[in-house]
Amino acid sequence: MSLRSFPGGIHPDDMKHLSRNRKIEPVPMPEKLIIPMSQHIGAPAKCIVKKGDRVRRGQKIGEAEGFVSVPVHASASGEVTAVGEAMHPFGKMLMSVTIKPDESGDTVEGWGVERPWEELSRDELKTLVREAGIVGLGGATFPTHVKLSPPPDKHINTLVINAAECEPYLTSDYRLMMEKTHELLSGIRILKKILDVEECRIGIESNKKDCFEILEKEIQAQGLAGITPILLEVKYPQGAEIQLIYALTGREVPSGKLPMDAGVVVQNAGTAIAVSEAVERNIPLTERVVTVTGSTVGTPGNYLVPFGTPLKHLLDVARADLEKTGKIIFGGPMMGMAQAFLDVPVIKGTSGVLLQALDETIKDSTYSSCLRCGKCVEICPMWLMPTRFGSLSRTGRFQECEEAGLFDCKECGSCTFVCPSHIPLTHFIKLAKFRVLEEKRRQKS
Amino acid sequence: MKKLIVSSAPHIHCGETVQGIMLDVLVALAPATLAGVYFFGLKALMLYTVCIAVCVVTEWLYQRICGFKITIKDLSAIVTGLLLAMVLPPQTPWWVAAIGGFVSIFVAKQVFGGIGYNIFNPALVGRAFLLASWPVYLTSWSEPAKLMSGNWFSLTDAVSTATPLTLAKNGEYTTKLADLFFGNVGGCVGETSAIALLLGAAYLFYRGHISWHIPLPYVGTVALLTWVMGENGVFTGHPLFHVLAGGLILGAFFMATDMVTSPVTGRGKVIFGIGAGILVVLIRKFGGYPEGVCYSILLMNAAVPLIDRLCIARRFGEVRA
Repeated sequence: MSLRSFPGGIHPDDMKHLSRNRKIEPVPMPEKLIIPMSQHIGAPAKCIVKKGDRVRRGQKIGEAEGFVSVPVHASASGEVTAVGEAMHPFGKMLMSVTIKPDESGDTVEGWGVERPWEELSRDELKTLVREAGIVGLGGATFPTHVKLSPPPDKHINTLVINAAECEPYLTSDYRLMMEKTHELLSGIRILKKILDVEECRIGIESNKKDCFEILEKEIQAQGLAGITPILLEVKYPQGAEIQLIYALTGREVPSGKLPMDAGVVVQNAGTAIAVSEAVERNIPLTERVVTVTGSTVGTPGNYLVPFGTPLKHLLDVARADLEKTGKIIFGGPMMGMAQAFLDVPVIKGTSGVLLQALDETIKDSTYSSCLRCGKCVEICPMWLMPTRFGSLSRTGRFQECEEAGLFDCKECGSCTFVCPSHIPLTHFIKLAKFRVLEEKRRQKS
Repeated sequence: MKKLIVSSAPHIHCGETVQGIMLDVLVALAPATLAGVYFFGLKALMLYTVCIAVCVVTEWLYQRICGFKITIKDLSAIVTGLLLAMVLPPQTPWWVAAIGGFVSIFVAKQVFGGIGYNIFNPALVGRAFLLASWPVYLTSWSEPAKLMSGNWFSLTDAVSTATPLTLAKNGEYTTKLADLFFGNVGGCVGETSAIALLLGAAYLFYRGHISWHIPLPYVGTVALLTWVMGENGVFTGHPLFHVLAGGLILGAFFMATDMVTSPVTGRGKVIFGIGAGILVVLIRKFGGYPEGVCYSILLMNAAVPLIDRLCIARRFGEVRA
């Protein structure tokens, strides 16, 4: 069978063998949870508890502010010991609620109560998704209910489920799909109902063929119509929305537009499972599966982690050797963020924690001149000329970067990965975007 | 605990380096280099040594004097020196070769800003400079020497001969194609053996450092035009002869494909190749020189910024009016 894909892209070693066969395992509750009010793209939630309050698991502690925002829930029962700024994985101090978990394990009323959803209206379902605090769990953390609310003039006819998991090392989606196949399919049915679409395609990279087969079998057993798993070539960034849509539907999302402009809504497989739990069992999003992996991790695996769990706790559970570790990354090695502090919490977007040994870490930040080899141009999944952005951005010509399609770049990192001169092209592109936006804000005010 | 390293994503790299690419080019040039020594003896070895040494020393000295970062470790100066020696006639005096090496690195490369910034292929600039300055040395050819014969060991003696292309200029297509293929003909040190060059080119393809985009249109255009523009009317030419004779194979696979001086996009590369092919045929058929590979590539080098500008690809999802 021929595998679908997109033009361009790179083939890094997938390194998934470290954790792919480790079943999802809950971590013991840490001594404290630091839960940021900002775990999603959009306005941070507004804190509605104060120091000294007792909270139950699943209780709302932050209320959504505006449409592009979601509420935040307590990940454990316990006492609020602090409300204030704390170090966030984004490298800033942000408003957070610190909870000291207790032994009671009390949950909020209605937690886990089964709910027949077939009778509910689309708007009621959407409200449930929002109230459960669900965001895109692939890492982008865009509020899911917003994606499920296309304006009336956009005609959506295909739901795409992103099960590509193209970042090397990460296996959390894979494990979830293997262990929660049933929930995945219910989640998809709920999403299909909300969007009122007949067709759903699930894109899975061919290094997860067992998962593809299980899904096919389960779909057949349940007699579900309009849900098709499709095998994709193992290639990075196969799971980037625009590339995934092209591979699965042949449609090109117009430059500067959204997937819905191509009639598609993309949801991550983990998100679909979260939707199923929220709608069918009334369980809000308070924990996620995090792949903890890398060469200095003693027991790499896929851990079920309550939001707010400090990184240090998770690393102790996974028996990480910090002496030999050079870099700790939240997310995958291609797009993840390097962390400087061990007290940052796991949040909704933390798909993985990757530890690189000192000798694996890229330490040398020097680079040589561009050879014009054209490798970055050849592999750019957006068909841009990264080398041009590099030289323009380096010399401060940010305006010209924008004209050359700067904002079409999704910062997947492929160009930096292949550059023989080791030019940090992605970094220069981020810098240019930052400067252009800064200039626009300045002109506005 | 020691400090964690924090840097911008991505956090992994494919491992390729400039030095690695240059090393691969040297490996790819090895068969043709050895063929040069085999056919032209110690004279060839002497030229290789002089050119490489002068190129490396020039680069080191220049950067040392100017206080720039020394880049000789990236091996690109060695590649330039080797390529320059390969496009010189075996009898070229050592001091002429040395001046060529100096011009290649100083004038063509470092003055423009060093590796990555040069507009013209440094080795070809060196050759063009020598051809203009000492035309007699650069157009005197010697027959391949018998291995281990007196000629093979001598640095000066040689039986002079005409190159296949000089003969062809007078309408004499007498050279056997097999000799052209294996390299047993008069010509520049490293250009005569097509098979040795193609072996190296295959390695570069395999390693992903060159693509078909330049060599195929280049060689194809030369073959097509020389076939069409035959001496006795249309379609009576000698395409295979013109492809194998002279420096076309060396030029097409190792010099036109020079990353720094060729277009960045695939489409641009095809235009570059076709343009160079047309120029070779024009020079060989109508020009004063029997050979045109060197100038064809240099002229196309000058057109690269223009080609790059014309060939900016459609962006994914871009809607063009």
